[in-house]
Amino acid sequence: MSETTMNNTTRKGMNIHARRTIAYIVLGILSFLCLIWFYILFINATRSNAGLKTGFTVVPGSFLVQNFTNMIKGTVPVLNGMLNSLIVAASSAALCVYFSCMTAFSIHAYKYKGRTALFTFILMVMMIPTQVTALGFISFMNKLKLMDTFVPLILPAIAAPVVFFYMKQYMDSNLPLSLLEAARIDGCSEPQIFNRIVLPLMKPAIAVEAIFSFVSSWNNYFTPALILSTDKKKTLPILIAQLRSADWLKFDMGVVYVTIAFSIFPVIVVYLILSKSIVGGVTAGGVKE
Amino acid sequence: MSDKKYKHKQKSAVVSYNRWGYLFLVPFFAVYFVFQLIPLFTTIYNSFFENYRSGLTQIGPNFVGLRNYTTILTNGDLINYSKNTLIMWIIGFIPQIIISLLLAAWFTDPSLRLKGQRFFKTVIYLPNLIMASAFSMLFFTLFSDNGPVNSILIQLGFLSKPFTFMSNVTAVRCLVGFMNFVMWFGNTTILLMAGMMGIDQSLYEAAEIDGATATEIFWKITLPILRPILVYVLITSLIGGLQMFDVPQILTNGTGDPARTSMTLIMYLNKHLFSKNFGMGGALSVFLFIITGILSMIVFRISYAGEIK
Repeated sequence: MSETTMNNTTRKGMNIHARRTIAYIVLGILSFLCLIWFYILFINATRSNAGLKTGFTVVPGSFLVQNFTNMIKGTVPVLNGMLNSLIVAASSAALCVYFSCMTAFSIHAYKYKGRTALFTFILMVMMIPTQVTALGFISFMNKLKLMDTFVPLILPAIAAPVVFFYMKQYMDSNLPLSLLEAARIDGCSEPQIFNRIVLPLMKPAIAVEAIFSFVSSWNNYFTPALILSTDKKKTLPILIAQLRSADWLKFDMGVVYVTIAFSIFPVIVVYLILSKSIVGGVTAGGVKE
Repeated sequence: MSDKKYKHKQKSAVVSYNRWGYLFLVPFFAVYFVFQLIPLFTTIYNSFFENYRSGLTQIGPNFVGLRNYTTILTNGDLINYSKNTLIMWIIGFIPQIIISLLLAAWFTDPSLRLKGQRFFKTVIYLPNLIMASAFSMLFFTLFSDNGPVNSILIQLGFLSKPFTFMSNVTAVRCLVGFMNFVMWFGNTTILLMAGMMGIDQSLYEAAEIDGATATEIFWKITLPILRPILVYVLITSLIGGLQMFDVPQILTNGTGDPARTSMTLIMYLNKHLFSKNFGMGGALSVFLFIITGILSMIVFRISYAGEIK
């Protein structure tokens, strides 16, 4: 009996129980690596500056509210920054999904001249990062007198090749052209078809991409830092950078942790509520083998 | 006759629909033109001019031909910062690809039947959505001289006095690489999983009947089939790596310290943009544009060209 098990083990490599155990251990370690930072952040955000200096503890302190009020009263306009981030991220997410859908619909549903060339163009520029044109971007925005406004942070979201591509792929499998034909026979105009038939059908894709573009705009640091200069207009990542460049040793560390927590936790909460569709949405925009 | 007329009518109707196709494209291309193409040409144009501030005096813009290019290629900064960027990218990418392959293989292995898959996927993807600048600021406070990491190591007796992470070249680079790893391995795992789930199960069954071990199956079946996806992951990650900015910028307060060994290409570009050295910044941007453009073409060829229908 034991000999057959032995044989079985050597022939099939490691046996299934051992492999499963190793998998759980590795997954446990990786989950720990992903979560520990947020745990430490949470603990530290609840402790006083004096308490933080005495070393790390595992249990939360009771200074969360105190730190929060200190943050609001402090020199860094965090609440304002949050509001700015919210305005920029929400409007660019809305524009991004609406117009990406529209672009994808155009490529998907119509057979006009130059269609493949335009489609090819969008896919070719998809991966080119915006940073490489940042110089021309800020000097052109300067000419248009748009520096220190939200416009250059919101409007460009209309042309988002990656989101376009996701929408196009979604349409390929979920938007039959016969449906549009039927709507035309019923007397729908083309804009009506788009707004009343296509958009509702695209809801799942729109939800996923709205979250992704909201998050990427919320987290964006490079472009806003170049465009915004008035304190009142700055978004959260710029304020975080200001915390870093200030003489942070003189700062109340409890306040610093609360500020970081406030830029991170809203996204985490939204993510945990919607994680199923988000994780499912990651691959759809990527490659097909 | 009437049939011909009908056909004609139908054709003109199709043409009028198609006019809407063009109209629906207008927002995208108008915005792309204003916010991407004009800036691209302005950037290229600027790279041929000497245009910077020296103290309070503005020098230029004077046309200097290719001098900005020869300057960035010869003064050593470009090579150094490219090297830094690549080193930190590799530190993050190697563990990322190994772990992601392993996890994707486990998640898709039907014989393992791992429980709690949804929980693990949710957790490992989470760091990808975190604001990189806040994450980096958090690491900075955690690994600062009086931060929690040092205090834990001292409390446990591993250290007698705080280790200055921020002034050690290897420590700073590894922290940046590690943060990139934590932020991206979940994303890569999910991409690879999608690829692995597309593999025909009968191949595995046949291999198992032939007595192949799990390791053999992984190396001889899974990996070769996954090659296009691995190339995609490699190149898109490299493009992402070349854009590395938030994490090292916040961690080192934009200095790239110690001794600019963690200064990345985009941090260097950012410095030129803030000091309004548009000539050098332009040359650097064009250099980055060419490299990312070539890499994009490769991704386009292997992954997207077939999608055009």
